[in-house]
Amino acid sequence: MARAPRGDAGDIRTLQQLLSAKEIVISCGSGGVGKTTTAAALGAMAAAHLGGKVLVLTVDPARRLANALGLERFGNTETRVEASAFTEAGVEPRGELWAAMLDTKQSWDDLVVRHAPDDATREAILANSIYANISGRFVQSHDYIAMERLHEIHTSGRYDLIVVDTPPTRNAIDFLDAPERMAEFFSSRLLRWLTAPAKNRVLSMASKPFYRVADNILGSQFLEDIAEFFGLFQTMAPGFVERSAAVTATLSDRRTTFLVVSTLEAAPVHEAEFFIEALEERRLHLGAVVLNKVLPSYLRRTAATGVARRLVAQADELAATVGDDLEAPPERVADVLRDVGESFLNYQVIASREQEQRTELARTPDVVATVPYFESDIADLAGLLRLGDALWR
Amino acid sequence: MTLDLLDRRLLFVTGKGGVGKSTVAAGLALLASERGKRTLVCEVDAKGGLGGFFEVPRTGFDPTEVTPRLFAMTMDTEASLKEYLSLQLKLPLVARVGPLARTFDFVANAAPGVKEILTVGKLAWEVVEEHYDLVVVDSVASGHIVGQLAAPKGINELVSVGLVRNQTAWMLDVLEDPARTGVVVVAAPEEMPVNETIELAGRLRAETEVDLAAVVVNRVLPELFGRGEEELFEALRTPERAATLAEAVAGDVAPILDAAELAVTLRRTRAGHLQTLRAALTDVDMLYLPEIFARSAGLRFTRQVAEALDEELS
Repeated sequence: MARAPRGDAGDIRTLQQLLSAKEIVISCGSGGVGKTTTAAALGAMAAAHLGGKVLVLTVDPARRLANALGLERFGNTETRVEASAFTEAGVEPRGELWAAMLDTKQSWDDLVVRHAPDDATREAILANSIYANISGRFVQSHDYIAMERLHEIHTSGRYDLIVVDTPPTRNAIDFLDAPERMAEFFSSRLLRWLTAPAKNRVLSMASKPFYRVADNILGSQFLEDIAEFFGLFQTMAPGFVERSAAVTATLSDRRTTFLVVSTLEAAPVHEAEFFIEALEERRLHLGAVVLNKVLPSYLRRTAATGVARRLVAQADELAATVGDDLEAPPERVADVLRDVGESFLNYQVIASREQEQRTELARTPDVVATVPYFESDIADLAGLLRLGDALWR
Repeated sequence: MTLDLLDRRLLFVTGKGGVGKSTVAAGLALLASERGKRTLVCEVDAKGGLGGFFEVPRTGFDPTEVTPRLFAMTMDTEASLKEYLSLQLKLPLVARVGPLARTFDFVANAAPGVKEILTVGKLAWEVVEEHYDLVVVDSVASGHIVGQLAAPKGINELVSVGLVRNQTAWMLDVLEDPARTGVVVVAAPEEMPVNETIELAGRLRAETEVDLAAVVVNRVLPELFGRGEEELFEALRTPERAATLAEAVAGDVAPILDAAELAVTLRRTRAGHLQTLRAALTDVDMLYLPEIFARSAGLRFTRQVAEALDEELS
């Protein structure tokens, strides 16, 4: 293994140090803040400069990462990004970069295959219509499966570093709790009742108003369908419960760290703060906060405010002074000066709003990385490395 | 534009995270109420951000009037279930549902679509009961909206008899009637939101019968320079002229000139993405909201959004 030596926890001040000290990095934040791109950029940087085998595991259904990494398409299988892609981007990589995307349905099927006690149960589950609904259509199932797959890959020992991009959850906390919820579900009263023989169920139904309600709302046929599904599923319960505990342990392992990614807009910052609190409550490690699409700092210079105001107020006089050798009527030059001044003042409003949000977020972690507003979108490995460079130190 | 957007009864506002979905929902609701409609705005993602747009404390399941004729609420599936039970089933055990909440949570998670049904059902019910002229939903993000809107149909297919089936039938009546219900997708003129909007439009049509009412493009940047002015700006940027300007204005002009260039670049990048969006969705009504250079997202900001929407809708 050609990885840089592990830093002492107290020394970690940069993302480079953080990544060389950890084995799992989980990138989180609200939608649209650049989680996926950040994860990919860090994975690429780690492979290029730290060495070892690095995997970027993404769950984002838009195949942006695939394009940026020059991969035609990649599914559940881990695919290597050719070293030549780095060379073309002007970097001689020290390690290997691999990428994989989470296919929820496929991962659920794999899980069933692994835990089913026999062929008949396996086939019955895979064919069950409720199973198809849960594994394919309903979004909550992404959460558990993402963590499950991470655990599986980590314990396989195939990689030195895994950078994970988290699923687009309704609530970012969901996936942290997903393994425990899964375990809790399998030992729940409801599941026992649902999977009890029908005769017992009728008995308990009479005595327990809740079940009468459930029956009223869902209809007995649907309940039967659910019961069949969970009856089958429960045969896998011991495996699942054990597994969920192991997945939970992976999250709190000291080799695991979380990155909270956010832009400096009110809503994402609000969610990032909420998430940071959730990490603290669960005693999970917050490695860094990554602030994305930050406007340049020159917008905040207070001295420039006066200058911009004067450009607007004295545009006509200024135009006469600077524009005398321009082949344009002075009123047009004055228009340009006014536009430029006003635009600056407009952007300054946003930049100072951002600064306030930044102060809020920067309180907690050891590492705060800032990514400037890139003028164009990242479309290739070179772009990812350029972004990574801005994050790295 | 001849859009009858606000004449519908139920609008689901969705979009990729970070594009300003809640902003647009709040703005649409405020505009409708100012046009005289009794309006309900409901946040479904319980992040508690809706109140901020109207400068009121966190909203709850019971609607509160935040400005004249405008009511705001936050969805809570458990409360929705309680309400449903007491209204529809006349069951005398509402008080006892509380302790069973945890168990309910399992049912909701286990039985596919129950939470979605309770959310969509509550909102459709407000429409059927005509408590409001318009219900605006600050809905789930684009990754989840299809699942939510398709839930009644999904349940309808899974359940062959019983109360649920009867319940989903009337919900589908409301949802699938384009005169009453529409989806508003909010996009920002950036690469990912544009791609996701195009993809979502396709999925809405393929997987649901709910009408795509409009796409709102948020944060459209103004053109900084008129015709020929960019050349003038370039000429002013030359070191000699910048120095003359700095001297004349008695201060450093570099940040101001840099900022103007940044504004031009951002505008140009966004215009390209906007073009992609327009080309892909030629048959959808599109509204453009300018970037609002406001200090914070309070009621003043929401009014600015409503005014901009008003212009687009008249």
